Amino acid sequence: MEGGRAACSQVLWWKPMVDVAEPLLATTTQPALEWRMDIAVRIRSSAEYIAIPLIALAVSSLLFALFLLALGKSPALFFELVVRGGFGTAFSIQNTLQRSAPLILTALAVAVPARIGLVMIGGEGALVMGGFAAATVAIPLVLTEAPPMITLILMAAAGAAVGAIWVGIAGILRHARGVNETISSLLLTYIGIAIMNFFVEGSLRDLTNPNKPSTMPLGEAYMVGKIPGTEVHWGLAVGILFAIVLYILLSRTTFGFAVRISGGNPRAALAQGLPVGKLVVACCCIAGACAGVAGFFEVAAIQGRANASLVAGYGFTGILVSFLARHNPLAIIPVAILFGGIVASGGLVQRRMDLPDATVLLLQGLTFVVLLVSETLYGRFKIFQVRGTTDRT
Amino acid sequence: MSQLLVSRRSFLQGTAAGLVAAGSFSRQAYAADVTIGIVYVGPRDDFGWNQAHAVAVQALKSLPGVKAVEEENVPETDACAKSMESMVNLDGAKIVLGTSFGYFDPFMVDLAKKYAKVEFRHAAPLWNASKHPKNLGSYFGYLNQAHYVDGIAAGLSTKSNKLGFVAAKPISSVLSNINSFMLGAKKTNPNAVVQVIFTGDWSLPVREAEAVNALIDAGCDVITCHVDGPKVVVETAEKRGVRTCGHNASQAPLAPKGFITGAEYKWETIYKSYAAALAKGEKLPNMTSGGYEADMVRNSPFGAGASPEARNAATAAIAGLKAKQPIYVGPLKDNKGKVVIDKTYDNLDPYLDQMNYLLEGVVGSIT
Repeated sequence: MEGGRAACSQVLWWKPMVDVAEPLLATTTQPALEWRMDIAVRIRSSAEYIAIPLIALAVSSLLFALFLLALGKSPALFFELVVRGGFGTAFSIQNTLQRSAPLILTALAVAVPARIGLVMIGGEGALVMGGFAAATVAIPLVLTEAPPMITLILMAAAGAAVGAIWVGIAGILRHARGVNETISSLLLTYIGIAIMNFFVEGSLRDLTNPNKPSTMPLGEAYMVGKIPGTEVHWGLAVGILFAIVLYILLSRTTFGFAVRISGGNPRAALAQGLPVGKLVVACCCIAGACAGVAGFFEVAAIQGRANASLVAGYGFTGILVSFLARHNPLAIIPVAILFGGIVASGGLVQRRMDLPDATVLLLQGLTFVVLLVSETLYGRFKIFQVRGTTDRT
Repeated sequence: MSQLLVSRRSFLQGTAAGLVAAGSFSRQAYAADVTIGIVYVGPRDDFGWNQAHAVAVQALKSLPGVKAVEEENVPETDACAKSMESMVNLDGAKIVLGTSFGYFDPFMVDLAKKYAKVEFRHAAPLWNASKHPKNLGSYFGYLNQAHYVDGIAAGLSTKSNKLGFVAAKPISSVLSNINSFMLGAKKTNPNAVVQVIFTGDWSLPVREAEAVNALIDAGCDVITCHVDGPKVVVETAEKRGVRTCGHNASQAPLAPKGFITGAEYKWETIYKSYAAALAKGEKLPNMTSGGYEADMVRNSPFGAGASPEARNAATAAIAGLKAKQPIYVGPLKDNKGKVVIDKTYDNLDPYLDQMNYLLEGVVGSIT
């Protein structure tokens, strides 16, 4: 993770400069000309952000193809199956979208702290705790037959709040005691899972289910439905909504500006009078809330109860998605869908090519490493550079 | 399982031969009449639960006209529903087998409603005729019978009269294995006691190793377990120089010196019966279960740790179980002194499925 951390702070370092430079430019040049130049510059510089990840994807695919050839398997068949299993049929697309729904939210849980310079990997714990809190809050409401809408809103609120607290703890420890947030959030994940197991196997256990310790089931009436016309639950829509809102929050508000300044250079931010500590904790809480809501959807849209099945690794896959999306909330949406597609097609690959499940993990790992390496390429291609705007890297 | 290892190695060695055969094989596969889909929660080579199923699927693949499609490491979320659906939609599976407990409700129940023409079967006794669709069902084996045979052999293999049991969670199926193991040991060695440690979850390798060490330090000289993948337990015990009994699949290759025998499922009996029924166009049973009397469990071939007496006693016990001799001969007390089994129960009696106690002779607590 050290490499990732260096890479992301490198990116963040320069980001705020854009915002500082823009108003200055606007006052010194003619507005219309400036506007046209600005568009050209924007297209060129954003082309870099699209081209380099695509090149990285191509390189990792090439490396993976070599690996397949070494195993005596056909890379062409592999990629054909990935396309077919992930995106080729109406069923495959639904499959992909359903798998990407939790990934958008857990990736946001990594992306938001990353903008303030933190490598927070505790999304899994916040997801589990959020889902557990949602299921727990539901027990008295379901027993008293409270209206489903109110129950679901309270469950979502509980999930978000507990998730926020869970990652918030890592934020507070970071700010107040200087504890490394990567380690503490990872360890908090294990504590969260243990707490859930403790209650699910103890005081909150549904005794009618003797072999799989779980909380009381919600029942059909209290479940979140599917998006009409699809088989994908509402978690996907909420994830996309969160991604858009957080993008606006981080790139178009003073809060977001302060976050990016603090992420770029905390000392400079402090010198400017920015409340860096509060911003750190706020970012962590937002992150935790995203993961907590993902947990709520796992309980309310899928499992119908809280149990060990909540620990499905979505929080960890989210880390990968966020890094691939360069911690940009909007980019997280397509990247999560790409990942959902790779995972969805993984089954078909296993079945048709007789390859172990680890094959798809290997592809994911290769992609991750190549992408991290590709971070060093930004600003090195002349084609993307516009004169006088090198600070845009 | 040892079959699986060998097949893998020979696969690597025989790639050339494989390439030649590939054309004809794949044509055969596509001409298959019945496609069976199977979903595992962990890796197929875990020396445990998943491997036991994978070995049976391997046997199934050898049948003419049967094609099996497998998917491993599928979590108990909607991912498992989508994997199964993908088998139905993209592979044309006529029957889908879910092998992990959490796949059943809500995922397989919903799928069975959605795909009324596809049969779904799940490896735990959860199907209920009044609640669940008719194209859904359950299958499972009474593994406690094989643990009883383990106990018979273990009772004759111990010098300290202390047997160690590493268990995952105190739920009825686990408790029934512990109690049966103890009753088997008592049968051949009235002085034997079984000491149990619960690790708290199905797969906690570090804690499993700690538990084995703690049991051996407490004087146990035969170790067995009920966890998802017994690899760590068996290897740790072998390293400490004590004997072991296995669980789920054969761990014999992991303990060349101390392996006695092990409790194994024989899923291929069930899977082959499903394939045969589908080929004939018959309706599959909704509930399939049994123990030795139905050839649904077995004991691993004896290892170097099994003495001739242990082998003879175990072989005799297997013959007894095939003739439906009861394991639970009442009255029996739990380890707090309360009579919990009032009379002798048949090996498949549903009363025994509700077990929530450790019998006298087991040292340990479920709370």
